[in-house]
Amino acid sequence: MPREAKVDVALHCPVPIAARESILLGHGSGGRMSGDLLRNVLLPALHNPVLERLDDQAIVDIGGSRIAFTTDSFVVKPLFFPGGDIGTLAVNGTVNDLAMGGAQPLFLSLALILEEGFALDTLREVMESIRVAAGLAGVAVVTGDTKVVEKGSGDGLFVNTSGIGLVPPGVRLSADQARPGDCVLLSGTIGDHGITILSQREGLEFESAIASDTAALHTLVADMLHASSEIRCLRDPTRGGVSSSLNEIAARSAVGIELEETAIPIRDEVQGACEMLGLDPLYVANEGKLLAIVGPESVERILEAMRQHPLGRDARMIGRVTDSNPTMVTLRTRLGTSRIVDLLSGDQLPRIC
Amino acid sequence: MKYLDEYRDETIARGIVAELGRRVTRPWVLMEICGGQTHTLMRYGIDEMLPGGIELVHGPGCPVCVTSLETIDKAIEIASRPDVTLISYGDMLRVPGSRTDLFHVKAQGGDVRVVYSPTEALKFARANPSRKVVFFAVGFETTAPANAMAVWQAKRAGLKNFSMLASHVLVPPAIRALMSSPRNRVQGFIGPGHVCTVMGYREYEDLIREFHVPIVVGGFEPLDLLEAILMLVTQLEEGRAAVENQYVRSVTYEGNLLAQKVLAEVFEVCDRKWRGIGGIPESGLNLRAEYAEFDADRIFGTQGVTAEEPAECISAEVLQGLKKPTDCSAFGTRCTPENPLGAPMVSSEGACAAYYQYRRHAMAAKGSH
Repeated sequence: MPREAKVDVALHCPVPIAARESILLGHGSGGRMSGDLLRNVLLPALHNPVLERLDDQAIVDIGGSRIAFTTDSFVVKPLFFPGGDIGTLAVNGTVNDLAMGGAQPLFLSLALILEEGFALDTLREVMESIRVAAGLAGVAVVTGDTKVVEKGSGDGLFVNTSGIGLVPPGVRLSADQARPGDCVLLSGTIGDHGITILSQREGLEFESAIASDTAALHTLVADMLHASSEIRCLRDPTRGGVSSSLNEIAARSAVGIELEETAIPIRDEVQGACEMLGLDPLYVANEGKLLAIVGPESVERILEAMRQHPLGRDARMIGRVTDSNPTMVTLRTRLGTSRIVDLLSGDQLPRIC
Repeated sequence: MKYLDEYRDETIARGIVAELGRRVTRPWVLMEICGGQTHTLMRYGIDEMLPGGIELVHGPGCPVCVTSLETIDKAIEIASRPDVTLISYGDMLRVPGSRTDLFHVKAQGGDVRVVYSPTEALKFARANPSRKVVFFAVGFETTAPANAMAVWQAKRAGLKNFSMLASHVLVPPAIRALMSSPRNRVQGFIGPGHVCTVMGYREYEDLIREFHVPIVVGGFEPLDLLEAILMLVTQLEEGRAAVENQYVRSVTYEGNLLAQKVLAEVFEVCDRKWRGIGGIPESGLNLRAEYAEFDADRIFGTQGVTAEEPAECISAEVLQGLKKPTDCSAFGTRCTPENPLGAPMVSSEGACAAYYQYRRHAMAAKGSH
């Protein structure tokens, strides 16, 4: 055991913990710690104007075509859960990152990091899911890689996918495009994926009828873009939930975002689990939902187009972009009062009582 | 959602607030005991809705916040041992000890796990006989019975690799300490609904006799709290002081007798140091001598660990309701949830964290007027 972790009982003044230099789980939460890691360690080494837009995908011009390019790694535990598995997530996650840039997803790469001893039958099952998910999304896996690490150096299976797609002419979506007066749309119920995974975790198992919402959203996006050119920004609120995505947009566009608590659709099963565990569904992950910032005149037209699509049936407007409280997300509670929907530091922690 | 929306209804809430406005004739200072109640008050902005003159101060009932620095340091020391699996409720992991927290111990290779119930820790101990499994048992009378039950079951099962670092605290001695302070401002208490679900509210009658202060046992939903405030103000305006029960759907006079029995079987009352407040006589629960073989403090020889709070943190005043979190010069600047100087900024139930998380914008708006 490293000596630093021992307690020095003579020390009275606490060392600021954030100053200690090592990776914590919270750095992967999508909250403030993830942002700090990006800003302080990763971006300084790499800075360029494409990267610094910090959208879910890079959009680059190659020979007159606008190409969307993205990558994502998947480390979910358990590998299989109601509604999907690591394979479906790996395809849909990357397809969605492309779709949030308005792109038509085309090709994926697939990299597998396998732990010694991992069952081949399980791998076959995951590959079958990848085949089905890629087929449904209309993308081809055209290149890949496999690595095997020693027993104990991995957690069975980690998956990375990268993807490229084509952005249609005239489509420019970015987190810095939100303007006061714009409206915030949400494609359906929140928290389904995160609560499904939580209900399957070792030590926390609880019975529930919820399934992950994992789905490829690019056809929904195409329908929305077809309905209106007044879409400023799209985000799929994965880790960190609706709160983290909207905080990012508020910060990048230097606007306030005011949500209406009663307008946000949440399944009873998800609400119940959150109440029981002391979690806020606004911070729980989704894998098949999108948030859209749209111009006020097009709201009805876009909502109509969303509701025609099977993945947008429960779409609704959940808030507005404002010029008050810039860079902050606030919520009008069902009691008519206002509170902040803050970016969390790390992962949301279940409360004691 | 059924059984939830009913307790968050705006029309009923406005009705209670209007009734409060009719009854209140002078200023009153009320304290909610529980961190869970503070969380609801802040999250729903209930303090904003109240008629002028009713001031809410936030009590010491956040178990994460009042767990002493020594206890956190002990947990950290125990969790750092290679043969130990330390199992805890989730929100204890971020609480800063003197030098580090359990998240960092985990990052350095310590085996630290999160559960919702101590029986999960027992299950883990049974399945992993080579690990020394320590359950970090903090909390008020609410969580104590389940923890007592885990130790009781471990003894019956003859489990040799399970122990408990217990640092339970009790509400009535804390109210007594607050009321006995010469600086006390609190004139009425919203009693702890979940604690009283276990303990009943018989023992609160002694406090009324001693201090002539009204106590209304309250729930955790917005309408629970508004109704409890109305009941308190009604008593105060009428010059009465009694224990009343707002949280009737959960709390009875006697409480949960079975839970009380297992508590008494496994734990005994002891003096306890509260983070931010100091020592309060007979305010904690420790394992009885018959269960000493399950006492992690004894097994791992951590009884001698001591620690001091950072000087700048005013959590003592905050937890006693003498100051608001925003009165602290470090609030939101040198002290944030990422970099907490004191415990009330750590847990989402802590008064400082609740202000920071939900109400910064209102504070800023007030400050600029």
